Amino acid sequence: MSVPASIATAIDPRTESPEAIRVRLSEVDTSMKVPGVFFMISALFWLMAGTVFALIAAIKFHNVDFLGDSEAFTFGRVRSAHLNAMIYGWGTNVIFAVAPWIMGRLCRTRIRFTNILVIGGVFWNIGVTIGIFGILAGDKIGVEWLEMPAYATPLLAIAFACTGVWVVLLFRWRESGHVYVSQWYFLAAFFWLPWLYTIAQIMLVFEPARGVVQSLTNWWFAHNVLGLWLTPIALGAAYYLIPKVLGRPIYSYYLSVIGFWSLALFYNWAGVHHLIGGPIPAWLISAGTVASVMMVIPVIVVAINHHMTVVGLHKEGWASPTIRFVVFGAINYTAVSLLGSAMALRSVNEVTHFTHFTVGHAHHGVYSFFTMIMFGAVYYMMPRLLNREWPSAMLISLHWWATAVGVTLMVVVLSLGGWIQGLRLNAISDDGTVVYQFMEVMEYLNPYMVMRSLTGVLITIGHVAFFINFFWMLCQRPDPRTPARPTLLTNEA
Amino acid sequence: MRSLPLIFLGVFFTLALSWVGIVLVGHLQLGDLEPASAVLVNQEAEPIAGVFFRDDRTGAYRMGANQPGEPVFPIQLTGSAQRGKRIYESMGCIYCHSQQVRRQGFGSDFERGWGDRQSVPRDYIHHERVMLGTMRTGPDLSNVGLRYSELWQHQHLFNPQITSPGSIMPRYAFLYEVRPISEDRGPSPRAIQIPDAFHPGPGLEVVPTQRAVDLVAYLMNLRQDYDLPEIRRAE
Repeated sequence: MSVPASIATAIDPRTESPEAIRVRLSEVDTSMKVPGVFFMISALFWLMAGTVFALIAAIKFHNVDFLGDSEAFTFGRVRSAHLNAMIYGWGTNVIFAVAPWIMGRLCRTRIRFTNILVIGGVFWNIGVTIGIFGILAGDKIGVEWLEMPAYATPLLAIAFACTGVWVVLLFRWRESGHVYVSQWYFLAAFFWLPWLYTIAQIMLVFEPARGVVQSLTNWWFAHNVLGLWLTPIALGAAYYLIPKVLGRPIYSYYLSVIGFWSLALFYNWAGVHHLIGGPIPAWLISAGTVASVMMVIPVIVVAINHHMTVVGLHKEGWASPTIRFVVFGAINYTAVSLLGSAMALRSVNEVTHFTHFTVGHAHHGVYSFFTMIMFGAVYYMMPRLLNREWPSAMLISLHWWATAVGVTLMVVVLSLGGWIQGLRLNAISDDGTVVYQFMEVMEYLNPYMVMRSLTGVLITIGHVAFFINFFWMLCQRPDPRTPARPTLLTNEA
Repeated sequence: MRSLPLIFLGVFFTLALSWVGIVLVGHLQLGDLEPASAVLVNQEAEPIAGVFFRDDRTGAYRMGANQPGEPVFPIQLTGSAQRGKRIYESMGCIYCHSQQVRRQGFGSDFERGWGDRQSVPRDYIHHERVMLGTMRTGPDLSNVGLRYSELWQHQHLFNPQITSPGSIMPRYAFLYEVRPISEDRGPSPRAIQIPDAFHPGPGLEVVPTQRAVDLVAYLMNLRQDYDLPEIRRAE
């Protein structure tokens, strides 16, 4: 095998025609089959559990009596259960399925010792289950994004060690000389998360720091779980999938280098913007604001790289479930990040802080960007792991429309409602009194909260479609007489 | 960029940088704050303005000392209030209630009566769990202990509609015991008054459990009504 001339040809699917490479990729797929299916089943159950928690929490905003006498399902607990089920249950499980697989493919090396990967997965899921039950039982920790009680932590640590290490080892064992941008993102993410989590556990749970240093640590950690765990994985997956499916090399290698290192440099300072106006030294807030604004660089760079790769191929892309979801995620990455930079400005933050705008922003990031790209990755990965196609294009189509429309409406509703909420909360008349009483503002938000629940129902419909399609695929026997053809969305109703 | 060690160094140092900058330097700056008297003094025991004074002999800026004999703040929570903090944490109050008053002119915290001075890092040094909060579906609670009575708090927790009609705060009725009034001993002295419209029924009384008592004790202790040297309330 001759060494390809450049990274562009290395990832160009056309150079993969030699049988040798196909065989190797298929070895990767086969080796990942058992852990991949295991993690996907876990991820899907967490997705459904997290959705149920989300609906309960959303309904409580306009119907206080809903499960009103249940201590376990009181708002403060069910909200945490939702967040943890989604981030550590759904998000991290789907990452454990997708990231080693893409890493293995890019390294051209099969995943070895998959038993350990599965054992790690079992521990992880037991840990998250214990954690969520702990939250509902009242043992939750009052630190956002770190609510799971301390007794769940050792399990999670062991689990991450068992699973995360493979992504690094795969890179060590790589048989392809070329290193592609997705590999940096994955390597970095699998290194950053354990570090973040360990520091946060030590400084917040086992030996809590004094005073507001806790808040600093909290938001350094929480924002980085999004920025240095979910984001690099989703970006890495998009960098792999867009060129792969469209059969066109990524637009610019150099831009991807700039994009990666500027993200690494700026993102981890940004978390302090959650404390603007709070009892925190002003210089720290300024540092966080500067970093948040500097995030424009990696965002624009990645946007150019992703969107320029897709440009001109929208029609072809639209037929592919993977590209539909991934491009939707990539577009929203650009949008949510630019919005996020704006929200870190003190004048904007004064309005959006403490309101539903932030909640909308969080869903914009974790759902419209991260989760949608992961859906796309799963649509591409599963047929290759199982050697069979998605049984129903109709269900994929339903999944797509329900989630894309649902989450977009949800973000719009929460942003609009949150913005007006912020303006009204801050409104002061000339004589120095507030224009709107607190309760008036909350009553005004009621229709927005009803609409938010409705968009949540829409998203739930999408998740159910995905769930059914996935298990249908898992259970069906491939018919050897009909050659498998990729399930595309060309003739959708 | 192919070398694993090189990539690792890069990702290590980028995160290390922010950890040092935000967490470690934050800790160095704020980690050794102690309770302080409203006015600090220099080495001649003369009151100073603010936290630092200039040492005339060396020309260096030094931190003032607490004024002897004056009370120092904040005060450590004890007993019931301390336990109540754990209830506050486990119920997830933080998801709707902040505990931070922003400065006048930034938001409407002063105008809403949530505080008459900005919260400062020293206010939180005794909080084992600092819950500044990021959402205000309900009002800020930094000074809630100054605003309402214990009875109000109990009624509000039992059913927020009693004190705040239209509120979307969940009721915490499960922290209260609704039981028949004892025929021998009569009504419990600990029972709380509930208006007729919300009363569970004749012959019944509503008695707070220990958790409700603790939570209310904690809420009644949420107050930033003392002066600190770094911030004096508007006269």
